[in-house]
Amino acid sequence: MAVAETGAPVQRPANGRASLLSRLVGAQTPFQTKRAIWGYVYAAPWILGLIIFWGGPILASFYFGFTEYAVIGSPRFTGLSNYIRAFSGDELFWPSLGRTFTFAGMYIPFAVGGALILAVLLNQKLMGTTVFRTLFFVPHLIPAVALAVLWTFLLAPRVGPVNEFLRAIGISDPPGWLASRDSALASVTMINVWAAMGGNTMLIFLAGLQGVPQELYDAASIDGGGAWAKFRHVTLPMLTPTIFFNVVLAVIGALKVFTTAWVATQGGPSYATWFFALHIYFQAFQYFRLGYGSALAWVLAAILMFFTWVQVRYSRRWVHYEGG
Amino acid sequence: MAQGTMAQDSQLHRPPVSPRRAMQTVGRALNYVIILALCVLFGFPLFWTAMSSLKTIPEMFAFPPILIPAAPQWANYWTVLNIDYPVGRWFVNSVLIVILTTFGTLITASLVAYSFARFDYRGRDVLFMITLSTMMLPAQVTLIPQFVLFYKLGWVNTHLPLWVPHWFGGGAFAIFLMRQFFLTLPRDLDEAALIDGAGYFRIFWSILLPLCKPVLATLAIITIIASWSDFLGPLIYLNTPEKFTVSVGLQFFNAVPEVGGEPMQHLLMAACVMSMVPIILMFFFGQRFFVQGIVMSGIKG
Repeated sequence: MAVAETGAPVQRPANGRASLLSRLVGAQTPFQTKRAIWGYVYAAPWILGLIIFWGGPILASFYFGFTEYAVIGSPRFTGLSNYIRAFSGDELFWPSLGRTFTFAGMYIPFAVGGALILAVLLNQKLMGTTVFRTLFFVPHLIPAVALAVLWTFLLAPRVGPVNEFLRAIGISDPPGWLASRDSALASVTMINVWAAMGGNTMLIFLAGLQGVPQELYDAASIDGGGAWAKFRHVTLPMLTPTIFFNVVLAVIGALKVFTTAWVATQGGPSYATWFFALHIYFQAFQYFRLGYGSALAWVLAAILMFFTWVQVRYSRRWVHYEGG
Repeated sequence: MAQGTMAQDSQLHRPPVSPRRAMQTVGRALNYVIILALCVLFGFPLFWTAMSSLKTIPEMFAFPPILIPAAPQWANYWTVLNIDYPVGRWFVNSVLIVILTTFGTLITASLVAYSFARFDYRGRDVLFMITLSTMMLPAQVTLIPQFVLFYKLGWVNTHLPLWVPHWFGGGAFAIFLMRQFFLTLPRDLDEAALIDGAGYFRIFWSILLPLCKPVLATLAIITIIASWSDFLGPLIYLNTPEKFTVSVGLQFFNAVPEVGGEPMQHLLMAACVMSMVPIILMFFFGQRFFVQGIVMSGIKG
């Protein structure tokens, strides 16, 4: 196409075989045909990858969801029984789903809101912004396992520095954090918020803030707007596309929460942090119920797709696109 | 300090301090106070971990807790490599997997992106849409069949499942990032080289790829960090301690920190620090590239 447009004469293929091949690859001239074939060659690793690691597994996983399968032997078709069991016969299914939503409900506002506050602070052009930005970002870089390990020690009920601090400021009976059934879920949420606040979400907000035109702030100043008014009526509306993007990512991340809970608490104490992704992991890779695990994975996929769809669908009500 | 001189400046130039100006100064001071508090919030846990890695075992469990060890035990970092757990081996394994993963991603993702950005063929746009849609699907869906596949291949408890898939295009994000960058390079470059008789691979390798260095650096940093921190993959595929990566190794150590009956929590902390330092250093030196990559994916994506 590109060559034809630059004025090169469109050559008719010499024989019928070439024209069939050309039509097959969507080209008109022998030159374009050759070029198209090279296009396929270079895309080949990914085409293979899509088939081997995506397409095949998606079909297989969908099929496994209707079978009983334990790696050894072959899957035995059992119809809808996995799904029926999930919805009505698995006493950990609904609680783990509910817990995951509770986590998401606490995590998303704090992680995204916190990141927005950090970004606005860093955008004040204070001295040392680069240093602060780097320091805020470091928690996000820590491997999730190390993160869970170090917070287990920080939050140790008796010898941990956090409770020591709380006792020092007069709280004589500080919480048991990860070790207690009542506070474990909140503790895992807190750890994840700590690690996420200064991370990618904040960087994306910073980039978004750089895109807010200075004239709007100047106009707001002329109208006598203070800092809060500027934030409320300029920054926030102009940032809605960025907020939307970050919220979508945070929802996806929150519903898949796994590593911190697995390392810090193994889903306990008494199932207090047994999230849905942990439930899938245990069913599939500890009990080797691959069929049931696949069914659970599809439930998670359906939930994620539903939430992404809802967010995109309703984004028009609150997301403001410049010139759109 | 800077705050002080600025306040003085404003007083020198305008003897009667306007309330608006004073408000601004108070506002800026307040910003600094908040930022410093945040520095403590984000910095203290890291500082505490670093200090713990230099403690003795009694100091580790002292009550009330000790912040700074009396004599820093630098030897902890040597000792941790010589305990019954193969900690050094975990680091070697992780480094090997990270290198293989990163090369696979950079090489194949840039080739595939070159194909998407520069060639016209039937199905290209559909293929690209499918590529983007794989980002929507949770990994859990493909995890179980992939496990079955690698199990049948006899690859369980080897490192192959952890890096081989990355040689098949490196994933949707990598391809997308590279494609966006290729699209910013003028097409005249290719056409000129083509007229001069260069082949497509030569155009890719000698003309376009050298121009891609910044985005390759970005992709390398993102891939290294993700691969180094990966937990679920090694957790599923590896089951003997000699094969572990740093992440699963740390988890294993954390689950039973009494090595040979002796508590080793101080060494666990040293291993934690060792798992964080390479990544943090990489971020310091490659910060510019990293931030660009995140911003590119966030704003243009």
